[in-house]
Amino acid sequence: MSVTAPVAPPNTPNYNDPQIVAEQIKTKYPDAVESSSAQGIVVQSDQLREVARYLHDELAFDYLNNVTSVDWQDRFEVVYNLTSLERGGAPITLKVNAARENPSVPSLVPVFRGADFQEREVYDLMGIRFEGHPNLRRILLWDGFEGYPLRKDYKEPYYEEEKKPFGSRWDKGHHVIAEDRNPWHDNVQYPSNFDAVAYKPPRDQIQVIDAAQAAAMRLRTDKIVLNFGPQHPSTHGVLRLRVTLEGETVRGVEPIVGYLHRNHDKIGERNTFVGNMPYTDRLDYFTSMANNLAYALTVEKLLGIKPPERAEYIRVIMAELTRWQNHAVALGFIYNDLGAFYTPLIYAMEERELILDLFEATAGSRMMCNYMRFGGVARDVTDDFIAKCKYLVNERLPRRTDELEAYMVGNEIFHSRAKNIGVLPRDLAINYSTAGPVLRASGVKYDIRRAEPYSIYDRFDFEIPTGTTGDLYDRFIVRVAEMRESLKILKQALDQFPAGEIMTGKKNYQVRVPKGEAYGRGENPKGELGFYVVSDGTANPYRYHVRGPSFINLTALNDMCVGYKIADMIVILGSLDIVMGEVDR
Amino acid sequence: MSEEKPQTPPMTIANSEQEWLDEQVRRTIWTGPWNKFIDLVDLIYNWGRRNSIWPLGFGLACCAIEMICTSATRFDIARFGMELFRGTPRQADLMLVSGTVTKKMAPAVVRLYNQMAEPKYVVAMGACASGGGPFKEGYNVVSGVDKLVPVDVYIPGCPPTPQALLYGLMQLQKKIDKQSIRDAAWYRKGVSEGVPEPILGPDLIDARRLDEITALSADPEKLAARAVKLATKGKKE
Ligand code: SF4
Repeated sequence: MSVTAPVAPPNTPNYNDPQIVAEQIKTKYPDAVESSSAQGIVVQSDQLREVARYLHDELAFDYLNNVTSVDWQDRFEVVYNLTSLERGGAPITLKVNAARENPSVPSLVPVFRGADFQEREVYDLMGIRFEGHPNLRRILLWDGFEGYPLRKDYKEPYYEEEKKPFGSRWDKGHHVIAEDRNPWHDNVQYPSNFDAVAYKPPRDQIQVIDAAQAAAMRLRTDKIVLNFGPQHPSTHGVLRLRVTLEGETVRGVEPIVGYLHRNHDKIGERNTFVGNMPYTDRLDYFTSMANNLAYALTVEKLLGIKPPERAEYIRVIMAELTRWQNHAVALGFIYNDLGAFYTPLIYAMEERELILDLFEATAGSRMMCNYMRFGGVARDVTDDFIAKCKYLVNERLPRRTDELEAYMVGNEIFHSRAKNIGVLPRDLAINYSTAGPVLRASGVKYDIRRAEPYSIYDRFDFEIPTGTTGDLYDRFIVRVAEMRESLKILKQALDQFPAGEIMTGKKNYQVRVPKGEAYGRGENPKGELGFYVVSDGTANPYRYHVRGPSFINLTALNDMCVGYKIADMIVILGSLDIVMGEVDR
Repeated sequence: MSEEKPQTPPMTIANSEQEWLDEQVRRTIWTGPWNKFIDLVDLIYNWGRRNSIWPLGFGLACCAIEMICTSATRFDIARFGMELFRGTPRQADLMLVSGTVTKKMAPAVVRLYNQMAEPKYVVAMGACASGGGPFKEGYNVVSGVDKLVPVDVYIPGCPPTPQALLYGLMQLQKKIDKQSIRDAAWYRKGVSEGVPEPILGPDLIDARRLDEITALSADPEKLAARAVKLATKGKKE
């Protein structure tokens, strides 16, 4: 039985077509649409919010996938991708233009709360103001940073050339190191006449609660603002949380991110298309294979190619193995967060090592696989790989899944710590643009592998597990169920595994991608990993943006934590299963 | 039930320990020169230190996952006495910089280093911590943790495999073996100063270079000349 995307009743128009959507918008707001094409609908900036609300309320585009921006040198363009979780299908693209000087567009936070962090990111890196945003501050960089790095006229301190591959760095027999090329002899640059001695950094803005707010929050004890991180054993990396506490009860959480901001977007625009593949490994470093897949899919969309059968199967096998090990480690970490230090994690790690062995044997690296290519995969798998994989999938991993589940389901402490804690109701989960297991635990049956089937997922028989209440318990049970479904897919894929080529065309390191833009996505273990790639017809992307599911899932953290104890907050954070490499990118 | 007990006087442990110690001292120290005594102390002291290095539980990026793998079952870092990852720098001996140090994180890294008690060691794990790695050209990346704090061992790799990490840690053990309390920095008089924390300004400001930065940025010509000179160095005419 193969379940495909829900089919709309025949009399409703096909809202996956931007032209039809544009016509619909015109019936309500005749002069809101500037132009529309298959690439997206360009909307007048002053009517953006009305149009978005119309799309959300009337046309059921209830999910904001992605917000990003492109610097076209003469203007800025803010890009929104919207989907309907009911209808499924590919997202439609909404665009607004902003002037080069003092760019500003209306904020969509009143309609989609998931836009909160994403708009702050655009503001931070591109310098576009969002009018009406409740908290428009820098998010990945710090207050006081000079410049907007993603603008095309921003040059980093180590700027060398516009595009890679660079000219020879080894000229006249000696190499100039990057530090020497920069007059400051370090990876820094300062404005002219900058007085470092007298410089006082802007104070960290601590949101002090005033009396009225305190009364509204019914604070009876002294308010405590607790700083949590960036170095803390239970923040899963370099995340910082500013927690407002009343006694032990959490009254507000503000995630402060950016401590691992490694400039994926900026570096990605300089790299060649293939050169970005290893960088995608380092986004969510638990799931490099799945990241590769999502990126390959995006560029293949632009290239208009499809990998051969065998490569598709290899891709699915790798992606599902990745999903299994990611969820296993997530389950291991939950016990860390609950106080059972390390032992359950070691059980998960033991199995993960076996999967990593398979990756290492095929791709050459345990973690940073750099394995997928446009139109195929880099290397073929051996028969030995298939045999080992079959053994794992049929014997070892199901047993370990049961075991990990038993630790949770059979554990009374876990029940009392996880049931009805950190509840994220269905409508909030959608509005916050959460993705992956977090969204499904809140009862939304949405999985890109079904809603917009990519690769060969439409051939396999698998279920989309969902939760009911959206509490901590559900989020973990959904993960266990997904592990089982992954094994189910793996079994089918291994049984049907075909012989043949692993690459369409020949290997090519300088892929020329036709002009165009694409938003491609894959269902990663953490949620929807999206890539927004704009190509100007050369070997380097003009714009390369990553939609990190962890980053956007974090938007919902405050709502999930308020009212629970601080000890629960740790576990709630753990249940989001964030990875800082993807949050900060 | 009889209350009788044997009347042998209890032999105190102190007595026997005292005797044992006396014997040891007579055998090893008094017979040899002072230097030998220090060598012996070093030997015992370093043996203890090298086998109980407590790392700071401090994961920065991808490399931290390999660090976790190293401490898990297969590679079992406990064989080297290093399994106690401490949550606080006050209890840690080793800062394992496992990942990219970003500018935003730099003040925190330095503060953690300063908070660690002497003797302390820093291992730069992976390409990023050693020199910026794949992200070196990024505007928010510090090109190597050695720009901020002194590093004892560099481990190449992206990420280094657990085997490589263990090898690097064994190198650190060798380094510890060679140290002596005679010239150990942490036994010198006075308080160690620590590294001044960088400041997050328009860009990362190294607190040791404040005057230089102020002088250079007030003098655009000098700065430009510096840049031009370096830009043409080594390039084709
Ligand atoms: S060296 Fe490689 S694996 Fe390690 S933190 Fe840097 S990018 Fe990640």
